Amino acid sequence: MDKPVNNRAWWLVAPVFAIVAFSAIIPIMTVVNYSVQDTFGNNQFFWNGLGWFQELLDPSTELGGRFFAALWRNLLFSAIILAIEVPLGILVALSMPREGWRVAATLVTMALPLLIPWNVVGTIWQVFARADIGLLGYGLNALGIDYNYTGDVFSAWVTIVVMDVWHWTSLVALLCYAGLKSIPDAYYQAARIDGASRWAVFTTIQLPKMKRVLLIAVLLRFMDSFMIYTEPFVLTGGGPGNATTFLSIDLVKLALGQFDLGKAAAMSLVYNLIVLALCWVFYTVMTHAGSERPDQGSAA
Amino acid sequence: MASITLDHLAHAYRPDPQGPQDYALKEINHVWRQGGAYALLGPSGCGKTTLLNIISGLVTPTQGRILFDGRDVTKLPTEARNIAQVFQFPVVYDTMTVRENLAFPLKNRHLPRETIAKRVEEIAARLDMSAALDRKASNLTADAKQKISLGRGLVRADVAAILFDEPLTVIDPHLKWQLRSTLKELHRALDLTMIYVTHDQTEALTFADTVVVMHDGAVVQTGTPEELFERPAHTFVGHFIGSPGMNVLPARVEGATAHIGDVAVPLARAYPALPAGAKIELGVRPEFATLARAGTGLPVSVKRIDDIGRARIARVEIAGHPAAAMVPEGLVLDGDRAGLSLETRQIHIYAGGVLVPGEGGVG
Repeated sequence: MDKPVNNRAWWLVAPVFAIVAFSAIIPIMTVVNYSVQDTFGNNQFFWNGLGWFQELLDPSTELGGRFFAALWRNLLFSAIILAIEVPLGILVALSMPREGWRVAATLVTMALPLLIPWNVVGTIWQVFARADIGLLGYGLNALGIDYNYTGDVFSAWVTIVVMDVWHWTSLVALLCYAGLKSIPDAYYQAARIDGASRWAVFTTIQLPKMKRVLLIAVLLRFMDSFMIYTEPFVLTGGGPGNATTFLSIDLVKLALGQFDLGKAAAMSLVYNLIVLALCWVFYTVMTHAGSERPDQGSAA
Repeated sequence: MASITLDHLAHAYRPDPQGPQDYALKEINHVWRQGGAYALLGPSGCGKTTLLNIISGLVTPTQGRILFDGRDVTKLPTEARNIAQVFQFPVVYDTMTVRENLAFPLKNRHLPRETIAKRVEEIAARLDMSAALDRKASNLTADAKQKISLGRGLVRADVAAILFDEPLTVIDPHLKWQLRSTLKELHRALDLTMIYVTHDQTEALTFADTVVVMHDGAVVQTGTPEELFERPAHTFVGHFIGSPGMNVLPARVEGATAHIGDVAVPLARAYPALPAGAKIELGVRPEFATLARAGTGLPVSVKRIDDIGRARIARVEIAGHPAAAMVPEGLVLDGDRAGLSLETRQIHIYAGGVLVPGEGGVG
């Protein structure tokens, strides 16, 4: 086969290169540039080599300490909301109606929290949970529960977790619902003929068929919660103390609050690498899960 | 073991059916003999799947009863009936091995483990799947999956009837024959009632002893493949079965002679009691119509000759009405004029689509 060789075709991808360069490569190189320098203001920069990175990855230093503390907080937060939102989302999807006008009504209601901007969600809950005027906060205190998210670490975490569950369980539920809808009726009919219990139907039909959408749901929720910023920033501002200071909040404090551009740049690069690495893990798991069922098309 | 009786059964998907047009399944009375091999044949949307789902209990009929050996099961849920069903698309439990799939219905019914193991081995051997028992069911081909769904019905000792809902739709053509002969063998070996739903006449006619033809929610004829071929009770059956289908020509009948336009066709029987006002048609299968030289038989004009491999079919016009006829070997046509000779005894007369038995004559 003679393939025509024409290097002028490269020009066709030039616009994409230009856009990616401006939107990603150049900003990242700026950050890389900052991460190997120190600044004392006045636009004066001094070479620091890998110093910031060494400090960042050493938990005994001040910078490393706050980085790892924020990282563990992030991981804990992601683990908690996944443990709540995924089972809850499945449960909601299972109990959603299958036909009739209720379907549309349920879908719209479910989608509502997803349409609210992050900072508005934060504000809603900030007011809702206030112990003096908020319905939730006031109600809880009236019931004799000592609840104050601005002063108590546990209250703050509960509020942030509940806020995230309120905001995002719909997404998991809608994805699972789509997965459930794609199961042909014949599977349920066959299960009835085979005398399967409700639980057996769930474990042998619904869960395996939802595997793919569940992976997507877990991926989306993990990445999103791992990069969470706006809602806790609006609600608690990272407090009380540093109890709800997640990586992104800490990054902003470091870069824009203290103007430690070198430290912040190093931290954002490491943060970015963690996100990329986790994306790769999820991607591999997902494509692997897909390749296990080569003739899925003929079955579905 | 059971015979299945449908007693004044009808079903409408609308909650408040008014007239016959609201019924997906019009009133039907039928007995499926124990051990029979039945095919339920009809075009898509004729109600055959509805009927099947009523028998298996997935759908509760609007009216009428369904009896297994005289026992009313109309209100019984699927799992309480001794029925198994194989669906159009193979249903296997993806996470399980073939062995676990076959054991699933027995496990759900809490049988002792040794009984389950023995039964699974037995059925796997019958289906020729013993070697694949420990493979993941999801990685098998469509025909193997279909055998597993069948196997899940066969393992149950209580199953009296197996229902098939177009089970060969997604199977490769060269494997269809194989799977169908497996079904036939199983039917002979195990004294099971099998009801096979299909819109493919070849599948129906080769599988079944008795074919039930459905059209527009009603049963139009029940009979052996020969009966359906030689004495279609309805013009629909004539059209639907046979390839090409029966020639149906508008006619006027006087005594023992039919007139198609100005062409007179002698009949074997007389039809004195034809209902007035009904549309009278003459039906004859292409297999009983032979093209001949011009001047013999009925005058026709030949439009086209199709070679379908095993035979040559002539597309002709009798008095302006299209028909098909066989072209005998060695016939040389002179222009588009030709003659048509019909086997008089194979000519049927239909009034309003329904076969009218004639008087006198034989058969």
